[in-house]
Parts: sequence; C-alpha cells; structure tokens
Amino acid sequence: MSRYIRRAAALCAVLLIALLANATRVQILESARYEDNPANRRQMIARYGSPRGDILVDGRPVTGSRDTGGMFRHTRTYTDGPLYAPVTGFASQVYGTTLLEHTEDALLSGTDPLLDPFPLWNGVLRKRIPGGHVVTTLNGAAQRAAYQGLAGRAGAVAAVEPTTGRILALVSTPSYDPGELSGTSPSVARAWKKLNGDAARPMLDRAIRQTYPPGSTFKVVTAAAALEAGVVTDLDAPTDSPDPYRLPGTTTELANETEGCEDASLRYAFTWSCNTVFAKLGGEVGLQTMTGTAANFGFNERRLRVPFAVAPSTFDPKLDASQLALSSIGQFETRATPLQMAMVAATVACGGDVKAPYLVERTTTKDGETVATATPRTLHRAMSAATAEQLREMMTDVVQEGTGRNAAIPGARVGGKTGTAQHGVDNSGKPYAWFISWAQADDALEPAVAVAVVVEDAGRQGEVSGGGDAAPIAKAVMEAVLNSRPHGRG
Amino acid sequence: MIPPGTPGARTVTPADAPAPALRLPRRRGTEFGLIVLAVLLSVYGYCAVGLARHGTLPPGALRYGAGLGALALLAHCAVRLRAPYADPLLLPIAVLLNGVGLVLIYRLDLETPSHRAAPTQLAWSTLGVALFIAVVLLLRHHRVLQRYTYLCGGAALALLTLPIFFPAVNGARIWLRVAGFSIQPGEFAKLLLALFYAGYLAANRQALAFTGRKVWRLQLPTGRVLGPVVAIWLLSVGVLVLERDLGTSLLFFGLFVVLLYVATGRTGWIAVGLLLAMVGAFAVGRLEPHVHARVEDWLHPFASIEAGQGAGQLAQSLFAFAAGGALGTGLGLGHSVLIGFAVKSDFILATAGEELGFTGLCALFLLYALLVERGYRAGLALRDPFGRLLAVGLASIVALQVFVIAGGVTGLIPLTGMAMPFLAQGGSSLVTNWIIVALLTRISDSARSQYDRTAAP
Repeated sequence: MSRYIRRAAALCAVLLIALLANATRVQILESARYEDNPANRRQMIARYGSPRGDILVDGRPVTGSRDTGGMFRHTRTYTDGPLYAPVTGFASQVYGTTLLEHTEDALLSGTDPLLDPFPLWNGVLRKRIPGGHVVTTLNGAAQRAAYQGLAGRAGAVAAVEPTTGRILALVSTPSYDPGELSGTSPSVARAWKKLNGDAARPMLDRAIRQTYPPGSTFKVVTAAAALEAGVVTDLDAPTDSPDPYRLPGTTTELANETEGCEDASLRYAFTWSCNTVFAKLGGEVGLQTMTGTAANFGFNERRLRVPFAVAPSTFDPKLDASQLALSSIGQFETRATPLQMAMVAATVACGGDVKAPYLVERTTTKDGETVATATPRTLHRAMSAATAEQLREMMTDVVQEGTGRNAAIPGARVGGKTGTAQHGVDNSGKPYAWFISWAQADDALEPAVAVAVVVEDAGRQGEVSGGGDAAPIAKAVMEAVLNSRPHGRG
Repeated sequence: MIPPGTPGARTVTPADAPAPALRLPRRRGTEFGLIVLAVLLSVYGYCAVGLARHGTLPPGALRYGAGLGALALLAHCAVRLRAPYADPLLLPIAVLLNGVGLVLIYRLDLETPSHRAAPTQLAWSTLGVALFIAVVLLLRHHRVLQRYTYLCGGAALALLTLPIFFPAVNGARIWLRVAGFSIQPGEFAKLLLALFYAGYLAANRQALAFTGRKVWRLQLPTGRVLGPVVAIWLLSVGVLVLERDLGTSLLFFGLFVVLLYVATGRTGWIAVGLLLAMVGAFAVGRLEPHVHARVEDWLHPFASIEAGQGAGQLAQSLFAFAAGGALGTGLGLGHSVLIGFAVKSDFILATAGEELGFTGLCALFLLYALLVERGYRAGLALRDPFGRLLAVGLASIVALQVFVIAGGVTGLIPLTGMAMPFLAQGGSSLVTNWIIVALLTRISDSARSQYDRTAAP
C-alpha cells in the first residue's frame, strides 16, 4: 500500500506545483496587464490616495485638495474656478482631466519619473511619491482684469510676454467652476450634464480652442507681407486704390467704414482700417507670399502646444483672387484663435520673431525643488526688424490717433489694431469685436505685454467696434501687467 | 522507550538489543517553540494592520494574541499529556494558519465596520481547539473509529441531506440556520465520509482488488463489494448536485478516487475516475446554469468588463492577486475588499495574495503542503490499513480542498465555492479542520509510538 500512498502524495505535489505556477503567472508574469485593466480601480484609488500637487499663479496655488475619506479619497478644489478654468481645466474622478490638469497630470499626481530620485528602490518599497507643483507664467492681475473686463459677455483674452512667449493671461467667458466636476457624488454627474447642455458652452476654452475670423486685426499680417515683399516701400505714399473696390472677377463692391480711403497711404489705411486698400494689397502681394507670411506668423500650424494643444489658426492656401482679397482683411476662410492674434501683436512688438507661447514656467517637487524649467524659444522669423519697426509705428498711430484710442495708457507706448469680424451666413451674425495690442513702458527697454481680445456678443449699445468694445479690456490687461512689472517674475 | 530500572539496560550488546539511538525523540519542545513562533507571527500581523491603517498598535492585538496563545498552549498541553509522540509540526501549522486567518478577517473587518466577523471567528476557533483537545484526550486510539464505519456513512448522508429542508443561501442549499447560527453540515460530512471510506475500504480492499470478472484489461470487482461504496458516493454527489455545492462534490469525488486507488493499487480506478469526472463535469457544465456560468467566467474572466458591466468577482480576485506582485502591498494596504461578497470566506486567499504577495502566498501553500505531507507520512508509518487510509483520506481532504479553492480564485480551474482550510471565515469549516488535525495528531502519535515500542525490549 505504501507505494500507492507515495503516488497519491506525488499527485498532491503536482497539484501544489500547478498552484504555484499559476500564482507566478497571475502575480508576476501578467500582473502588469491586470493592473492596467480599466475595470481595475486600484490605480484610481492610488491616484486619489494622496493629495494632488497644485497649480500656482503668482506663487500662490489656485487649486487645492479636499480629503473626503472615501474610496477616491482626495478631490480637487479650485480657489478661483471660473477665472482659471481656461488654464487649469478640471480634474474629475469621473470625467478625467483637461488642459493643464491633463498635460501635467503625471507630475501633479506624482507618477512622473522625474519626481522620483530612487525609482528602483521606491518601486520595491511601493513608496508613493507626492504630487509636484506646476508654476504657471500667468499674471494673476492681468487674468483678473481680462475676466472682469469681459464682464460676463462671451469672449476671450490671450496675453503673452512678447520677448519670451510666456502666457500672462488666458481667459474665456462664460466660464464654469471645475470644482463642480470633482468627486464622485451625484451632483458631479448633474453638473456635467448641465455644462454640456449649456448653449453658451462654458467649457469651451475660447482663448485657444475656438477660432474666429480675425477681421481687420489680420491687416497686421497683410501689411507685414506687403512691406516684406516690397509691394509698399513708403508708408506714406498713396497706394493707388479705389473706393469702393470691386473684388477681382466679381461684381461685389467692397466698401469702407471710414472716409478718405481712396488712394490712401498704408499708414492712413492702417490707422483708419481701410478694407479696400488691404484687399487690393493682398492681391498685389500674391497668394504664395501671403500664405508664407501667415504661416511664419503661426497660421496653419497644427502642432502648437502650450503645453496643451491649441486649435490651428488657418489661412487658406488655395484661393481665387476675390477670396484672397477677402482673406487679406481677415474674412472668408481666415480664422484665428485669440492666442494666435496675441502672438501676431507680440511678433510686431519684439522685432519680428515669433516666440513659442508657453504656460508652464517650471515644475517643482512637493517641497519646491525644481524639476524642470521652461526655456523660451523662437518658432519662426516672421519679418525683418525694419518691417517690424514700421508696423510698430503704424500700430502706435492707431492708438494715438486712429481707431484704437481707447487703449492708450499714460507713461507707456501702446500699439494696437482694431477689428470687427463679420460672420454667419451672409454675415448675418452680430460682428465680433477684436482688439490686438502691445505695450511698452516709457522707461523700459522691451515691450511688456501683447494682448488679443475678442468679444462675441459685443455692442449692446448698438454699434459694434473693436475700439469701443475690445480695446478697453486690452487696456486693463496691459495696465495690470505694466503695474506689476517691478515685481516681475519673482 | 526503555523502562527505568530494566536490568542490564546499559550493558546489552548491539546483537541482542536495539541501540539506544533508535529511541524516537518526542520533540515536544520543538512543538512548543513553533507554537510560540506561530502566535508571535499572528500578533505581528495584527500590529502590522494597525500600524498600516491607523499608525498605532491596534487595541485588539493583545486580546486576539492572548486568546490564540492560550488556546494553542492548552492544545499543546493536551498533546503532551496524551499524544507525546505526535508529529510536532501539525499543531503549530494549524495554529499559524488559524492565526493568519484571524488577522486577515480582522483586517477585512476594517473595511466593513458594520459587519465584524473576527470575533465570531475567534469564538469558532475556541470551539475548534476545544474539540481538538477533546479528541486528543478522549480518543485513545484511532482504531476505535473503525467500529463506527457504517454509522459514519449514515451520519454523513444524513448531514448532507439536512440542508435540503432549509432555504437556499446565495444559490446553494448547504446551510442549516438554527437560532441565529448557520452551520454547513457538508463540512462535517466530508470528515465522516473519509472515516467511512477508510473503514470500508480497509475491510474490503482485498476483495476489491482481487475478485470479480475481468473485462478486457480491467478487473471489475463484484457488485456485492463495490455496491455499498459506489452507492454512498452516488448518493452524496447526487445530494450535492441538488444542493448546488459543486466544490464539495468535487472534493468527495477526488477523495473517493484517491482512497480507492490507495486501497486497491489499481491504476484503472484513476482512469475510470478521471473519465467519470470529465463526463460529469461536461454534463453538469452543460445542464446546470449555475455551473455553466462558472465555467464561462473561468474561460473569460473579463467578459463582463468588455460587456461594460464592470469586473466580475473572479476578475476582481485576479486584480487583487496581480496587485500583490512579488512582495505584496503589506497587510492593511491592499484593496481586496473590491471583490465584495465572500471576500472573507471563499476569496480570503485574494487578500493574502494582495497584501502578502506571491511570497506570502507561497508560504501559505507550503504550510498546507507540509500539513498534507505530515499526514501522508503518518499514513506511511502506520501498519494497520484503516489507520493508513484514514491518514491519507484526511490529508487528501486538506490537499484537495486547498487546490480546488486556491485554483478557483487564481483562475487555474473553474471557481467553486469552498472554504480555505483554517483561513476562511466560517465556523463549520474551522471546527472540522481542527478535528482533522486532531485525528492526524492522534494517528501520528500511534505511528511513531509503535516504533518506540518495538525499540523497547
């Protein structure tokens, strides 16, 4: 009988080996696959097990964390939710993350390998690295000025530092409180449904994700192309342009909002925003050069990230003559984000270089040790320094004596360009009011700020104008930056 | 043992008396040391849970540790008194497994504050150890049990049949609910059935092995001999299918085949057993929706996730094991509570796998393996067929039960509801396993003391 008992024991040994082999498979060989399964909530639990790092503006956090004691323990809070929502985005247990919360998620949640000084050792110990902080380039005063300037109207503001590309303000209204989407309570689902169903689209980041016809603000690009191509050599020479101007190959007559545009000089046409002169100039410059100049300013660039993706601004490279004329005054298929137009103003202000805009100054560990720092870089050279200086002159004229007088700031040189953009079927929609500008304090060597403002439902008083509706907002933003300049970047 | 005062004990020559070296060491001190180690490990587990969860030593640690220690000491004293030659590993392994089980249940209680199971489990442990002591003290020799072979068979059947008259719980009709207590009589039945098989096969193994007609290469025993054993097996399995407790059914089947093989030495039985098992599994898998679902779940554990219904229990169990990795998350730091229902009973191993890791799981498996091996060893050492079969049967119950439930929760075989011996929440199972260890202790004492007797002049 002993022989059979030994055999039965051997069978038990086989069963044991099978168990051990299978445990090795589940726990060692395939464990990563199981852990990555979306239905496995452990990663989520670990993710919310410790407070998330913060997003900082002016050195102070605009985000926070609340301990709920639940399974997904720490939820996100926002100190000025609607004000910074176009920058922070939301971090929701249910609906994921957007904008900075999304692109910087690894750092904020502590999974970024850069945060871990001893990855192998901490991996063995399963030590959880606390989330790091994201220091933004935003200027809180400028952000607030822009938000208050829009005063609940639909619109957007983008402001950058011309010499570096640092984004100083990014505002979109109407906005929402991303804190409503934090946590797992039923109110989160209700808020999500309400925000998505809202016709005003509060979760749309208009400053970077919405493109508008730039209208007359695009004339900066057209003027730069004309000067660079040598079509105009003297700012004050007559341009031999009719008023009204018949679009090539059509019977459509293009008119002006202002007087004195017939044969006007480039300076006059720019200062008073003559459509006819610029429509004709665009044709003279030619499609290829216009497309090239627009591309150098950043149009048709599909990969721009700040670090989240920016919707591409477009200048159609396949146009007939009449379409080119309209496109050259920022109509037809020409579309731009507010950030793109702020980049156009910044390019003029700082001498022709297009700086890559960025929003993250540096990232730090929880204790404030720097993990990574941003370095400014140039995307393109859009025009020569001489052309830029000519445009600076003309933009300054706009503010001093033209359509942009509402943006003038004592003690600073301010350049600007107004715009009113037609849109909708047969231009039936209420025009968008645009203003792009830059400002340089009289005692400063470099321009401090370039800004673009678009107001969607402008003109409650009847007349819609970039100078009337958008310029005061731009002025408030520029003033905020100029006033905080001595404190600088800190 | 050489009785004191034996004349010439020191002067006998090697030719006419065995050398003193043949005197078996009793190793009771080893047992005591191992028991202390087992209790300390359990207390350490409590402390680890408390420190991980609240940063302080848990208030219950001392109480649970003292309780477990006192029980273990009493059991140890009983062994010293009445089974001095018993295998010194059996009791410490049982204490350690029971202790680890208490720690795991205590740890899971933290996640379900409204439903605490650890105090009840400690009460059942007390009863289990009390029965262990009773068996060791009162049962003078395992051969006594052979007298009750048919009584055990009848009692097993009666216990299996009882739950049919009680309402089903979670799809299985295996519970007796009396005055707030729920008892799983099937747990006791497997013990009684092992006793019946051992007794019956010990008496009839010659007839089973050598009589009957030969069909092709298989020699069939006569119906008179085979009849009763097959009948009681069929009855037990039939009752189980009605009660939908397939884990126990599988266990009975395995036990039957193993004991029949060991008793008769006929490999043909294993072939017939495997064939029957496959036919049975196929038929039940096709016909019985409850089982069919289990098989489907085993083949496609993530099907419910792909269907958008979230992770099923088996998937959650696999997630827990995977989360443990090589070294585990540490006691108290896992999330096996996501498994939900039955996390403290059928799925207790997933908590061990997640929080103690592959390392801890291997340690547990090896503890079971050691327990089983010691049972088999006692069987090998004995001379009476009943004792041998009983030891093999008891050890096989543990081995099969561990394989069926551990294989089930780790996705090796289809999941069947069973209790992990000593670890899982459940009084009937715990008490039964303590009796099994008591019987093995008794058997190992007989096995080792018989050598000692031959060694004495």
